[in-house]
Amino acid sequence: MTVLSRVSSPFAFGSGRARFLIERNVYVYRRTYMTLVSGFFEPLFYLLAMGFGLGVLVGQVPGPDGRDISYTVFIAPALLAASAMNGAIYDSTFNVFFKLNYEKVYNAVLATPLGVGDVALGEIIWALIRGQLYAIGFMGVVLLLGLMPSAWGLLAVPASVLLGFAAAGLGMAATSFMKTWQDLDLVQLVVLPVFLFSGTFYPLSVYPEPLRTIVQFSPLYRGTDLIRRLMTGALDPVMLLDLGYLALLGMVGLAIVSRRLDKLLLK
Amino acid sequence: MTADPRYHRGPMAQAQSPESSLIHARGLTKRFGDFTAVDAIDFDVAPGEAFGFLGPNGAGKTSTMRMIGCVSPKTEGTLTVLGMEPATYGPLIRARIGVVPQEDTLDQEMTVRDNLVIYGRYFNLPRAEARRRADQLLDFVQLTERAESSVEPLSGGMKRRLTIARSLINEPSLLLLDEPTTGLDPQARHLLWDRLYRLKQRGTTLVLTTHYMDEAEQLCDRLVVMDKARIVAGGSPRELIDQYSSREVLELRFASDIVESLDGQLEQLLDGRAERVERLPDRVLVYAADGEAAAVAVHAAGLRPESSLVRRSTLEDVFLRLTGRSLIE
Ligand SMILES: Nc1ncnc2c1ncn2[C@@H]1O[C@H](COP(=O)(O)OP(=O)(O)OP(=O)(O)O)[C@@H](O)[C@H]1O
Ligand SMILES: [Mg+2]
Repeated sequence: MTVLSRVSSPFAFGSGRARFLIERNVYVYRRTYMTLVSGFFEPLFYLLAMGFGLGVLVGQVPGPDGRDISYTVFIAPALLAASAMNGAIYDSTFNVFFKLNYEKVYNAVLATPLGVGDVALGEIIWALIRGQLYAIGFMGVVLLLGLMPSAWGLLAVPASVLLGFAAAGLGMAATSFMKTWQDLDLVQLVVLPVFLFSGTFYPLSVYPEPLRTIVQFSPLYRGTDLIRRLMTGALDPVMLLDLGYLALLGMVGLAIVSRRLDKLLLK
Repeated sequence: MTADPRYHRGPMAQAQSPESSLIHARGLTKRFGDFTAVDAIDFDVAPGEAFGFLGPNGAGKTSTMRMIGCVSPKTEGTLTVLGMEPATYGPLIRARIGVVPQEDTLDQEMTVRDNLVIYGRYFNLPRAEARRRADQLLDFVQLTERAESSVEPLSGGMKRRLTIARSLINEPSLLLLDEPTTGLDPQARHLLWDRLYRLKQRGTTLVLTTHYMDEAEQLCDRLVVMDKARIVAGGSPRELIDQYSSREVLELRFASDIVESLDGQLEQLLDGRAERVERLPDRVLVYAADGEAAAVAVHAAGLRPESSLVRRSTLEDVFLRLTGRSLIE
């Protein structure tokens, strides 16, 4: 009976078929891997420009637990988090829009045993994998430059998976409502301020009160807080809130995407 | 035009009992909002046969095919495919059918061969098996030379062949083809027909839609004629022609100023020799058992058509008779 109930739900995620969509994307990127490379450099340039340029002027700043750390060590975790987020956003917005509206990839996929849940899960996981590639690359730079005071920081990359999940889920959910290429401009309009104002380049304490509360809802703020605490060894129970919040956002995104694909493609 | 009662009583459109049908539909209905795209249609498809939906643009062919392919929920009625309900067993049904959609949905970001391999993966084939079948199918549709090409530069006919190859990767027992040859040149169509014929000989059940009567005549054992969301007749091509048309058709073209003055005149002078006379914008069709005799009568009456031609009846004539319109507007 369990088999029957599983096939009967159009949103079933447990079928394991989502992996074939990930495989599809691997096939594609095997031939066009150069397009992946650019996303690696952006956060690196920020690290060099801000950390080693501005950092000279700023000197020491208070870390998450109040202890002073160098400015470069302060922003490195945020840039790792931004890497994971940006990679996930690229694939879950622009590429998904193209596949959904022009290439009709999902129409073809849905004629096979895969369902909308498989498509949503496969695409979201693929997008977060792309974010992970950048996060891992950035971690390499961090280690090379010795910007990670705590060994807990080795968990930064796995922790950034949840940020990628949230970003990909929300990114794809938003994309499923977009109709024109102009709508996609919204992505940049949202992602840039999120990147700049999520406690990336200075601590939250800089903001006045209402703003401080609002920023705490930013997934990048949550991801940055989590990763910064790991990399600087400032562990705190609030990290559980970070983790839970990101997981929740990812699930909400996944549910919205499944519903939207069903509405758009299975009329 | 309402459904012909003879069809509903007659044995030919429902040759199979539901139990042995691969597809079984009763009162099948699809609505988009207030608009009814498929209006309570009944049909059965038996294993091994080639079954067609013939109808003009907007008749509801694609809507029907999508319901059969489990990518569009029915609004009302009964539908089983391979003995299963699409709403409950969609993934299981889709695992066993092949689909050629009206619009090509090939993966533009992949090579011709990879299109087939990844599609095989969607059906959970092991990679080696998917590759083996991909190469076989490329050979079957004569695309082996283009295996490493990307999809974009392929001609329309090649894309269609690739789509058919893709639909066969899971070795389906039931193949759904939505206008498989629309937009192709005659040569490309004949190649496709040949491949479909071979599949049928191997025992694959074919369900296809078309608005080409010659395609329906060539490929279909049985077909239903759809118009405005309903089935208006059904049977084998031969049966349909026998039932709804005369043996021969005399096609007459007149100079445009004469056509008006012919009103009623033709019927009179052909009295007894013609079963029916149809006026189309560009020609007049005289349905007669003996077309030559009708032509002689027309000439004997002193009428001088610009051209006259006697031919056998086709499904086009059946469609005209049933709906009062031609199939391709
Ligand atoms: N998603 C939809 N929403 C609203 N109306 C639709 C939708 N899909 C189809 N229709 C309408 O349903 C009717 C039947 O469409 P369908 O595509 O089934 O016709 P068809 O017989 O396949 O025509 P064609 O030969 O042009 O492919 C048309 O009037 C079409 O506009
Ligand atoms: Mg159609």
